[in-house]
Amino acid sequence: MHSRLNLDAAFSALADPTRRAILARLAQGETTVLELAKPFDMTQPAISQHLKVLEDAGLIVRRVEGTKRPRRLAKAGIEALGQWLAMLRTALEKNYDRLDEVLATIEPHKKGETR
Amino acid sequence: MSKMTLKTEGDTHVIVTRRFVAPPEAVYRAHTDPKLIQKWLLGPEGWTMPVCINEARPGGKIRYEWTNGKGGAFYLTGEYLELEPHSRIVHVERMHLPDPTPDNHVETRFDADGTGTLMTMRMTLPDAQTRAAMLATGMERGIEASYVRLEAMI
Repeated sequence: MHSRLNLDAAFSALADPTRRAILARLAQGETTVLELAKPFDMTQPAISQHLKVLEDAGLIVRRVEGTKRPRRLAKAGIEALGQWLAMLRTALEKNYDRLDEVLATIEPHKKGETR
Repeated sequence: MSKMTLKTEGDTHVIVTRRFVAPPEAVYRAHTDPKLIQKWLLGPEGWTMPVCINEARPGGKIRYEWTNGKGGAFYLTGEYLELEPHSRIVHVERMHLPDPTPDNHVETRFDADGTGTLMTMRMTLPDAQTRAAMLATGMERGIEASYVRLEAMI
């Protein structure tokens, strides 16, 4: 693989609504743990645990800035996930494109269309 | 053109919608007639479905076997729970890789939409972890993409 993204870990990480909300917040830019914890009724250690899961999955990274450890989205991980979703979607769409063709041949009373 | 939508709902559901120009009767038939299923339910290019068993009645069996002709192969089994021609199908299915995945409960609706059809497929997995695992497994095998649905939330 072209990144450190761990797909199993990534999808497990995404299975949790709090972690999805954290990612959505980070999509707006780098954020400190304190700021990340604010919208949630959660202790900082609880938030830190969620951040660790996201980090282990390759979806976010941290930076050291004095005593702070601001987090941001891991570009490579998010892109790899996006590519995978696109691939999945493409395969599914291909099925239905083929189904369109099948339907065109079994639908005899469509006016003005020949096979 | 974006005729298909794909999203998750709650922790355990995946919802796919797709519009077709043919009426519900035809789309329903294409989902239950083995001869027709073999023409389209194939996933990525290069795969075929040499075995297609589809007993479209409550309790009827489903078995699809795919191959890529290069040693790649796997299969899916399932059972029909309810059928309402030509508007609704409820079935369970599981992939065999070769170990069976947890059951995926699938309700497929075919609603008239003008002269065409709006298909809505609602999948329910046992839990969030299973949904995540199902989606992640899909990548390694590629063709399960046909059966795997995921949000495009990122």
